[in-house]
Amino acid sequence: MNAKQKDRLWTGILYVVSAFVVLLLVALIGYILFKGRNALNPSFLFGNPKFGEAGGGIGPMLFNSFYLLVVSLAITVPLGVGAGIYLAEYAKEGRIVGILRLCIETLASLPSIVVGLFGLLIFVNIFHWGFSVLAGAMAIAVINFPSLTRVSENAIKAASDSVKEASLGLGATRWQTIAKVILPSAMPQILTGIILAAGRIFGESAALLYTAGMSAPNLNFHNISLINETSPFSLFRSAESLSVYIWKLNSEGLVPDASDIANKTSAVLVLMVLIFNVTARILGNKIYESYSGKK
Amino acid sequence: MENKKFITKLKNEYLGKTYVTFCGLFIIILTLTIILFILSKGTALFIKDGFSLTGFLFSTAWKPDAEPAKYGSLVFLAGSTLVSLGAVLISAPIGVALAIFMNQISPKLGEKVLQPALELFVGIPSVVYGWIGLSLLLPAIKHNFGGIGFSLLAGILVLSVMILPTIASLASDAVKVVPKNYIEASYGLGATRWQTISKVIVPAAKNGILTGIVLGLARAFGEAMAVQMVIGNSIKIVDGLLSPTSTLTSILSMDMGNTVSGTAWNDALWSMALVLLIMSFVFILIIRAIGKRGE
Repeated sequence: MNAKQKDRLWTGILYVVSAFVVLLLVALIGYILFKGRNALNPSFLFGNPKFGEAGGGIGPMLFNSFYLLVVSLAITVPLGVGAGIYLAEYAKEGRIVGILRLCIETLASLPSIVVGLFGLLIFVNIFHWGFSVLAGAMAIAVINFPSLTRVSENAIKAASDSVKEASLGLGATRWQTIAKVILPSAMPQILTGIILAAGRIFGESAALLYTAGMSAPNLNFHNISLINETSPFSLFRSAESLSVYIWKLNSEGLVPDASDIANKTSAVLVLMVLIFNVTARILGNKIYESYSGKK
Repeated sequence: MENKKFITKLKNEYLGKTYVTFCGLFIIILTLTIILFILSKGTALFIKDGFSLTGFLFSTAWKPDAEPAKYGSLVFLAGSTLVSLGAVLISAPIGVALAIFMNQISPKLGEKVLQPALELFVGIPSVVYGWIGLSLLLPAIKHNFGGIGFSLLAGILVLSVMILPTIASLASDAVKVVPKNYIEASYGLGATRWQTISKVIVPAAKNGILTGIVLGLARAFGEAMAVQMVIGNSIKIVDGLLSPTSTLTSILSMDMGNTVSGTAWNDALWSMALVLLIMSFVFILIIRAIGKRGE
């Protein structure tokens, strides 16, 4: 075989491998959505789960997944963006920053089950929060913190080059420049990062097993207190998320239609991931257009 | 006058600066807290309960209810190691092939199809991977190869899909930055595309590709839910691809809820969490060493 034929052969192989991966994804997502095609009906999406009989819904878990997401973003966004600003604008490369970057790397590479166990130890046991929304949200905040810091740092670095000196030259302080000029222009990029992170958080399970707990009390929307345990917005009630529910369904056979519910819940999760990804992509394209001046 | 100036300055600069610096330092505090707590819980088995380190690391006898209780974790260590190595063995060649395809063969298809596909692969929650493995892959394995379906092979296959995007996107970053003049020089000498890829591009991108592979290995090692759902969780040492086994993460996600904090059994689980923490350090050190070599 000469070099030309070899080249053609390998080009063909690379095409086949790439096509295989794309087909695998299409098949995977197609299979999940097909199997769970009956998920989009209100009695399943908003109904309460049943025990020992078929036909239960996922209402409380769906609410819990969103609520956990919101609470955890409320914790990480201020901290992550703050740390990103510090790294991009204030930190001077040196020992402390070296340690800080090592810590970010360490946090980012911690297996999520380990973060979950840490949450069990600190939030659930030592702080006596029990299996709760707050403990779960804190655990996923820990997972999300390093990636959000990185996203913010990069976004701020990219946004600051062109406008920083102009603002400083007008007599603004460093902080005024950051808060009034750099941050607003870096915001779309940070937002894209947050949405992508939200997609990951939404499906997180290992960190939530032993922090947010494995039971989902039915929700009563007449009570909107943040601490009263019967309120759906309570930070101190246990809050099983969608993915934890799938896991529990097939480790404990609680209902006869467990596999049907798991199929439909998987479809809901994948659908959410698709929505988060598409939103982030559209936003990303908008930013690209505004930066490159196409529109 | 002086006083007023200080207050303005406080408002315009110091408050913000203090806040973001706190955010940065908070990452360090958080990381150290996590390490400290897991270290103290993870060493209790050896210090407080007097179980020997060699008995923990090199014995396959996991009999927490026996008298005297035995906490040998070799089964889990071996399970975690084999399942992640197996996954990398499958994923690494495919990931590198994708990286080359995306940059050298068809950048357009790469950007429009493969990149979004990889992002979706990352987005699919790990319990959904586990559920698909359980409902689709296990019957297929049982049908084609015999056994009970739950197996090391199932774990490897599920993980190989999950870590593919990590390896492919890091390898792609590495391939992207190979200097243009290397590639042009190679073509100028009359080399075919495949010769250029195999003799110039891959060797030049070697460090980045290795980083991707190590990160993939780290992700596989720490993944909990998907593996737990398909690997069978039987506590016996692996004797073939089709035999069910357990991993560190699978035993952690199942047993942590059944043990009481402070007992030797519980401490043994924390020691496994410590092993996971140490492994993620080891992976970071390897990645840093690769990076240093590249400079």
